[in-house]
Amino acid sequence: MSLLAVDGLSVRFDTDDGPVHAVDRLSFTLGESEVLGVVGESGCGKSVSFMSLLRLLPETATVEGAATFDGIDLLHASPARLRSIRGRQIAFVFQEPMTSLNPAFKVGNQIGEVLRRHLGLSRGDARRRSIELLDLVRIPSPERRVDEYPHQLSGGMRQRVMIAMAVACDPKILIADEPTTALDVTIQAGILDLMRDIRERLGTAIVLITHNLGVVADVADRVLVMYAGRKVEEAPVHELFARPQHPYTNGLLGAVPRPGAGRLREIPGRVPSLAELPAACAFAPRCPRADQLSRTQVPDLREVAPQHHVACFHPGPDAEATA
Amino acid sequence: MTEPVLEVEGLVKHFPVRGFGASGVVHAVDDVSFVIGRGELLGLVGESGSGKSTVANCVMRLVTPTGGRVRLNGTDITHLSRRALRPLRRHMHMVFQDPYSSLDPRMTCGQIVSEPLEVQGLARGRDLDAQVGKLFDRVGLRDELRFRYPHELSGGQRQRVGLARALAVSPALLVADEPVSALDVSVQASILNLLRDLQEELGFSCLFITHDLATVEYLCDRVAVMYLGKIVEVAPTRELFATPRHPYTQSLLSAAVVPDPVEQRGRRRVVLEGDLPSPLAPPSGCRFRTRCPLEERSAPESHEEEPPLVEVAEGHFVACHLVRRGETPALFTPAAVAQ
Repeated sequence: MSLLAVDGLSVRFDTDDGPVHAVDRLSFTLGESEVLGVVGESGCGKSVSFMSLLRLLPETATVEGAATFDGIDLLHASPARLRSIRGRQIAFVFQEPMTSLNPAFKVGNQIGEVLRRHLGLSRGDARRRSIELLDLVRIPSPERRVDEYPHQLSGGMRQRVMIAMAVACDPKILIADEPTTALDVTIQAGILDLMRDIRERLGTAIVLITHNLGVVADVADRVLVMYAGRKVEEAPVHELFARPQHPYTNGLLGAVPRPGAGRLREIPGRVPSLAELPAACAFAPRCPRADQLSRTQVPDLREVAPQHHVACFHPGPDAEATA
Repeated sequence: MTEPVLEVEGLVKHFPVRGFGASGVVHAVDDVSFVIGRGELLGLVGESGSGKSTVANCVMRLVTPTGGRVRLNGTDITHLSRRALRPLRRHMHMVFQDPYSSLDPRMTCGQIVSEPLEVQGLARGRDLDAQVGKLFDRVGLRDELRFRYPHELSGGQRQRVGLARALAVSPALLVADEPVSALDVSVQASILNLLRDLQEELGFSCLFITHDLATVEYLCDRVAVMYLGKIVEVAPTRELFATPRHPYTQSLLSAAVVPDPVEQRGRRRVVLEGDLPSPLAPPSGCRFRTRCPLEERSAPESHEEEPPLVEVAEGHFVACHLVRRGETPALFTPAAVAQ
């Protein structure tokens, strides 16, 4: 039984220049204590899809489809119901820890706010629990740090505070949107270890939104690849990296420099405009395998191996990669 | 070896800071030396705050070094005036990290690329036009983009404009400061390929600054690793990746994620404790000692004396007391060697 089931999620923004179709009929599930990696380049809709689930998007956004979490229909829940879910059952960690923390409050107060609001703890209890949480995310001398302001902490430390806030109410799902992108590699390694640790100790399911395939290879159980608002491939992590089927996934994997691998693969052309939904495979204009069929019809997702789904008329490993 | 294009000797850059009751000196770069040969690509790697961009700015003389020497094609440019420097500027050019803020939004892309040629008096009129056309073609931009403004272009296209501008005056040295960090993976690949092709074709030298080890491995001939204003290790690329000696280099290599779940999950990571110390008061002796996993073994020497860069193999220099003593810190063994 899945913890979160999303079915046919579409997000459209109405702008002065007409509609922008950010997400197009996205469906996926998330199991208990599963780590789902969501991969794609800027503008593919990976962040928007998850923000839309908790209705964190501005009013110009129209969200359609269904999203069921723990028997609750998220997209039609009352604002009060949503407030009891946001931060408590489903928590977010954003990319930029400096702009997501309030610079005017001590970190202890910011973690404490979550505890007092959702769990009704007293000021004193909230403070004690905040110290425990800082310790949980392995911040040294938490008794001192709890009274510091965000600017007194380093970038990696701030991200740990964000994670402490997110896991404060022991949520069922942690959605981490590019949590390590702004950090140095040695700091990133520590944050990824922490995510793994949280999943093991607290059993939290984690959605890891990232453009970094290395990060996904490190911690995800299952991976979802998005392109131009659509899901193009989905598979368990080992399966995806060993047998990528979609030409876009193949292209992404070939574009990362690796020791011994020759010239980097380029994906010609650029990401399509999202102003209209193409009645074709969105990747077709950049795809070496595109033909008449992919230019006139949207490929359905089909299962090519157990749990491995691809939206492509010509799935398979790359000729170039196998040659 | 022929005459080097760039020689940096004992480079020091300190920034005085005042305010909030505290005052002091930020030791951004302290005694950094390296040489770049003709046609050589040197990668300068380090994390935020290591001083790598300050090195680039000193080399370009965008800031004046506090001490040391910078020689370009044998000419000492460390303290030349702006006026005296101007004719020499055609020998070095820079590509910046952010293609959104490093192009003038009020100039067309054609004007941006032709400006260095005009300033240096290298071409005018029809000749200028022809040269700009050639440059656009060379970096893979359609000719009609010459009449467009930067905001009409994608990030990758803008970085191509930046490259065309930098290469317009056929510089001997290209300084590239994180040129692909702001771009998406697939766009990064095309810019890196382009840079490699252009280098082969035109033969310029390059100081390539980045925090991404994989990029360096793909592109550079030699790598210098910086930590807190100092170079801790320099070696030919293959050697550095196969046998990293400095504990910091080893931890850096072990922390870089590889897009392969089997390899990634199989490797042992060296996790560094603590944060980067403040460059206002760098640690005494070895600057890495406060985070070094082998600090116990290197103490007390590492507290008292700064380790000099010592040659351990041909062209491979390491600044570590343990390595100097003949011990081999082995925190992390790269997979290629382990197999």
